[in-house]
Amino acid sequence: MFAIFRKEIADNFSSTRFLILFCLVICVALLTTYMVSMNLRSELSGGAKIEYLFLMLYSTSGQFFSLTQFIAFFGPLIGIIMGFDAINRERNAGTLSKLLSQPVYRDAIINGKFLAAVTTVSIMFVSLILLISGLGMLRVGVVPSAEEAVRLMLYTVISIVYVGFWLGVAILFSILFRSIGTSALAAVALWILVSFFIGFGSSLIADVVVPAEQGNTDRAVKNRQVAEAISRTSPVHLYSGATSTIMDPYRKTTKSFVLVGPMERISMSRFNDALPLAQSVLVVAPYLTTLLALTAVCFGISYLVFMRQEVRSI
Amino acid sequence: MSAVIETHELSKVYGQNKAVDRLTFEVEQGEIFGFLGPNGAGKTTTILMLLGLTEPTGGSASVLGFDPVREPLKVKECVGCMPENVGFYHDMTARENLEYVARLNSLSESEIKTRIGSALDKVKLTHEADKLLGAYSRGMRQRLGIAEVLIKNPKLVVLDEPTLGLDPEGINSMLDFIRSLSREENISVLLCSHLLHQAQEVCDRVGILNEGKLVAKGTIEELAEEGIQAQGKKLSLEDIYMRYFQEQ
Repeated sequence: MFAIFRKEIADNFSSTRFLILFCLVICVALLTTYMVSMNLRSELSGGAKIEYLFLMLYSTSGQFFSLTQFIAFFGPLIGIIMGFDAINRERNAGTLSKLLSQPVYRDAIINGKFLAAVTTVSIMFVSLILLISGLGMLRVGVVPSAEEAVRLMLYTVISIVYVGFWLGVAILFSILFRSIGTSALAAVALWILVSFFIGFGSSLIADVVVPAEQGNTDRAVKNRQVAEAISRTSPVHLYSGATSTIMDPYRKTTKSFVLVGPMERISMSRFNDALPLAQSVLVVAPYLTTLLALTAVCFGISYLVFMRQEVRSI
Repeated sequence: MSAVIETHELSKVYGQNKAVDRLTFEVEQGEIFGFLGPNGAGKTTTILMLLGLTEPTGGSASVLGFDPVREPLKVKECVGCMPENVGFYHDMTARENLEYVARLNSLSESEIKTRIGSALDKVKLTHEADKLLGAYSRGMRQRLGIAEVLIKNPKLVVLDEPTLGLDPEGINSMLDFIRSLSREENISVLLCSHLLHQAQEVCDRVGILNEGKLVAKGTIEELAEEGIQAQGKKLSLEDIYMRYFQEQ
């Protein structure tokens, strides 16, 4: 498997698509830091330094978008671009049958390719985060605290898992479809479906299944629960849930404010402190677990299909 | 002499279609066995089963003493296979392509160097070794395919239509090469082809396959003998072959 991993890494780094992707990511990093730091400087001048200022470099949107938003929407595209032709390119070039007639297990091929792509993405993300940190320190003039550094690391890990999920989807499609174009389109279609449509779809379905009535709080709560349950099938939603309290410790809940009762609202205003790191992790754990589980399911299907697939090239 | 490949009633059914039907044959150590038959006769399917790349639906096979269903990796370690239309990575040089295959066979770095050197020497590609594959002609690719098979020091070589698309000179050198594998290095060769006069030139024994069934098996002389008895004249492999297909 190491031989495959090594070759794929070399391929990834020398490919044009990686170069384009990397340039794009660097541009985004520069742009967001610039926008956000301008914003922060003008808003905070004169006031005392607030806690977790450093994290705001990543989580507040300047003029257009914040980095976390950008990765939530376009992270999938990175995964898809890295993986959409993993297997069917080899099949079309006739190298797959050759690869399989060497003494390697079939799963080593998928594993090697997946790991190589994840490693590439990790290197990309870590450099991106470090770049923004460095630029942010220069522009805003604050240094991250130890806790902020840990939060950033967690955020990086969650983002890598998120892109890893899309990588798994892309590899699965590259196994299922013989044509490279079809697998790319299928992956993009799924991305659009879960990113944009499940958002509206969930509340729509919830209104049909448990229509909310005026004055009936139980129904309203149920309605929100159903909507929440449906939107949890969307990795985009899971990702924003998983990163929420990590990047924004002042946030009290990952749910919307509709569900918060009057007593809770009072207690929230009383305890106006940020959520400690350990508690933040506790809040995001279920989201992260679900994301990992989805990746595992995707990979499981890939294994099953690939193991049973005929290798003949024609 | 011991058998390198032995199959017993090997079958593969795709839905209604019997691709390979109760095939029983054996290939001896160091011989060139020609596996002949028209397109779609089940030759490639048989190879895939022998390498453990698809599971047979019935019967059994043994390659170098290993069962390809249970121990595919052991089989793949000592069998070199050159599939029809062998593919390479176009953005890598010939040497890099060979290095990758050698690493997949978990050879040590020093071994990789010496084996690639000698394999390239044998197929006369030493001077072109550092060109990108995109610049390779069909004949050079085919020879590189052979080099790729050789770097794992195989005991058995399986070649699927190795002369397909080559010019006459290329065909001759390929056939010479196949002969030298068997005569000089005592490597067994399973040669799949539908080009009969080529098979007649190099094969020690042949098996003729039609619609998944083995219709004839033996040395070319033996098959010719049968022909003499039937038609009263000495037959070429082509005549023998046509005889089996006209009977149906």
